[in-house]
Amino acid sequence: MSAVLSRRSFLAGSGATGLVVAFHIPFIDEAAAQAATPAAAAPEINAWVVVQPDETVVIRIARSEMGQGSLTGLAQLVAEELDCDWARVKTEYPTPGQSLARKRAWGNFSTGGSRGIRESHDYVRKGGATARTMLLQAAADDWKVPAAECRVDKGVITHAASGRSTTYGKVALAAARLAPPADVALRDPKDWKLAGKRLARLDTRGKLDGSQVYGSDLKLPGMLNAAIRDCPVFGGKLASFDAAAIANKPGVKKVLRVGDSAVAVVADTWWRAKSALDALPVVWDEGPNAKIGSADIAATLKAGLDAPEAAVGNANGDARAALASAARTIEAVYSYPFQNHATMETMNATAKFTPAAGGAPARCEVWTPTQNGEAAHAATAEASGLPASQCEVYKLLLGGGFGRRGAVHDWVHQVVAIAKEMPGTPVKLIWSREEDMTHGRYHPITQCKLRAGLDAKGNLTALHMRISGQSILAGVFPQNIRDGKDPVVFQGLNAPGPEASIGYGVPNLLIDHAMRNPHVPPGFWRGVNLNQNTIYLECFVDELAHATKQDPLAFRRKLMTAHPKHLAVLNAAAERAGWGKPLPKGVYRGIAQTMGFGSYVAAVAEVSVAKDGKLKIHRIVAATDPGYAVNPQQIEAQVEGSFVYGLSAALYGGCTVKDGRIEQTNFDSYPVLHMDEMPKVETVVMPSGGFWGGVGEPTIAVAAPAVLNAIFAATGKRIRDLPLKNHSLKTA
Amino acid sequence: MPSLNVNGSPRDFDAEPDTPLLWVLREQLGLTGTKYGCGIAQCGACTVHLDGVPTRSCVRPVSTVGPDEKIVTIEGLSRDASHPAQKAWALLDVPQCGYCQSGMIMAAAALLKAKPRPTDADIDDAMTNICRCGTYNRVRAAIKAAAQGGDPKSAGLNIQHVEGSAS
Repeated sequence: MSAVLSRRSFLAGSGATGLVVAFHIPFIDEAAAQAATPAAAAPEINAWVVVQPDETVVIRIARSEMGQGSLTGLAQLVAEELDCDWARVKTEYPTPGQSLARKRAWGNFSTGGSRGIRESHDYVRKGGATARTMLLQAAADDWKVPAAECRVDKGVITHAASGRSTTYGKVALAAARLAPPADVALRDPKDWKLAGKRLARLDTRGKLDGSQVYGSDLKLPGMLNAAIRDCPVFGGKLASFDAAAIANKPGVKKVLRVGDSAVAVVADTWWRAKSALDALPVVWDEGPNAKIGSADIAATLKAGLDAPEAAVGNANGDARAALASAARTIEAVYSYPFQNHATMETMNATAKFTPAAGGAPARCEVWTPTQNGEAAHAATAEASGLPASQCEVYKLLLGGGFGRRGAVHDWVHQVVAIAKEMPGTPVKLIWSREEDMTHGRYHPITQCKLRAGLDAKGNLTALHMRISGQSILAGVFPQNIRDGKDPVVFQGLNAPGPEASIGYGVPNLLIDHAMRNPHVPPGFWRGVNLNQNTIYLECFVDELAHATKQDPLAFRRKLMTAHPKHLAVLNAAAERAGWGKPLPKGVYRGIAQTMGFGSYVAAVAEVSVAKDGKLKIHRIVAATDPGYAVNPQQIEAQVEGSFVYGLSAALYGGCTVKDGRIEQTNFDSYPVLHMDEMPKVETVVMPSGGFWGGVGEPTIAVAAPAVLNAIFAATGKRIRDLPLKNHSLKTA
Repeated sequence: MPSLNVNGSPRDFDAEPDTPLLWVLREQLGLTGTKYGCGIAQCGACTVHLDGVPTRSCVRPVSTVGPDEKIVTIEGLSRDASHPAQKAWALLDVPQCGYCQSGMIMAAAALLKAKPRPTDADIDDAMTNICRCGTYNRVRAAIKAAAQGGDPKSAGLNIQHVEGSAS
């Protein structure tokens, strides 16, 4: 069976096990499918590796694929240790229900925080190495020779002394019966043959001809479609609705309340459900937040900039005293707005609630694109009221994730609530773009006041960063708040260490956070708090360099002598970009660096600003040190993609609040970067080894500050609150 | 029953006249390769060809499409993903999440037909589709590779393809 549910591969996989399927419905009845799949047909060597008699190697991938390429990267890591034939590799997703039944044999399913590879490389490689050891042992047992005398290459096992050979497919059944070795050695990355290579992705074909089934494409027999509208004001409730007014609309099957705050229409098609919902008279109880606007939120955050109470994230020396006695102080206030994830595919899921009958217990199944199958499974159990063992989630490929589809599964709660009202009937819920834009889990809103103390020679002696604003953890995982402190707020600003540490040595440093949580729900958004923290620090450091008439690169280098990994990527980006060398007339550079999600990153941007204020970003050079590079061409794709996401937010993004609700409803009011604005991107991938960093997110954080610093070089205008579209860059 | 000409075949459907073509394709005819992204012709994920013209099907009422107008969707662009754009897309590993790529490929195919050797400015003008994963540079490179007879070397990406491996 296939992880990625295209009709072609599903039928092919099913055919191999003799299962007859009348529709292209993956996992419609998992129990029946398993019963029809005798283990002997496709021996499972271990949780990660199944070898079929035709030599197909199925590698199981627990993390979700949402475009970031880790489906391919993780398969490369398993195949590297397995020594199988890459041309015979296929992948599949284990289900969260299977994971539960097997005591989390596949570990964590969560696919966020750039952790897909960096947090599972060790156990997935061991999965591959363990399987290889067992397959070799099976051949050796058959030949009655020591396993140490057997070799394998691309799934072909040979015993040189006797001239015998066999294949993984032929010994798989015997290997599956062996006890796994207690421990296995992993290959030194410098000896990698498949990992580390610029291999093509495994999941491209179905994305070229429309055959790839995304969540919103799923069709089950007898399925109905639902459209939903939640109270436009966060914290508000559904008061009433007039179902009779739309009862005669074509295709309408049911109009129902969903939870406290939403109403849904179920119809034969989604378009009919949405059209009827648009015509439905609804009365909201908008609740206590109905008058709040962006100015109110900004005022609350501003007050936090000077509040006496704040949680300290990083401190050394005595910043307040050093600032008081500094020869010169410089102060600036920055801000960063709410952002919507705006995944291309809106939130969606299909659910089927089967009541208990004939001795069989009730069951709830959900098909959904999710970044965390286990969290979707938990949401299904909670919403259905059934034990998790009576629930199952089938993951579908994501039309974008960026953090929206990971921590909170609000749409799963909704679809299960709807399906429960229509027992036995599968219901697919798709959010309209307008619903998606106005009911996101938004990038947190913050402001930051930075104060620097400088000595008479222009050396930085003290820095106080006061962040005021929203905590993601307070909104999503409040149990992880410790003593009033959200440690995630300080991404990129932490004390020296392996995660998101600041790249500068400042003799007197204080970084603290006054938590101010507006009513707009926050979420993890690609890059998370590294986005704004890097803008705050890197633009302010740029301000300090200019204020003291020092080169921004040279000024940074002086502060980075004790941070060699940060400095190495900064130098690499500067060198590749030709920092200090002449540029075409009117083109200016800006630079930025940071560390997050385990990786060190830097960028140099080249921009020009026309007299009418039109910005053109010509080129961005990026450097990243993720420790190890599993697929460099996919790392390059992630770096480019992260720049589009980060620059879209910095240039155009920003969700504003009026009357308690989000004002932006679609891509006309929430514009994003288009192809004609896309700069050339050159990526330096420079893995230095000894640690495993992430790839999907870190570089997003350096795009915006590098561009903003280049804009200052070009125009003398320092942009301190985003998005850029709210400012004029006119110089004439 | 009203009818459309889709991918070379007449297809009957049952929908209200103001139903967007997109939802007739997806829900009545089972052609889900064409995607819903915005519903207001902003993102281009729903792009199909209407008598060869790239058209945003999410705002096109189905009643305004005649039974003889030739609709081509991503499923009908080629029989086996062999259109030059599809081949270039594969060689350069363009898609990330892939959701916008049907529309991207349809827009690119129309551009290549109108302008077999598109300039960067032509590409900028024609390719107004939104991609949130940020595949723009590879899309541009793939259009150029397709225009040059499918040679991906110009893109300098050096991607290793192994026949057979798949998800």
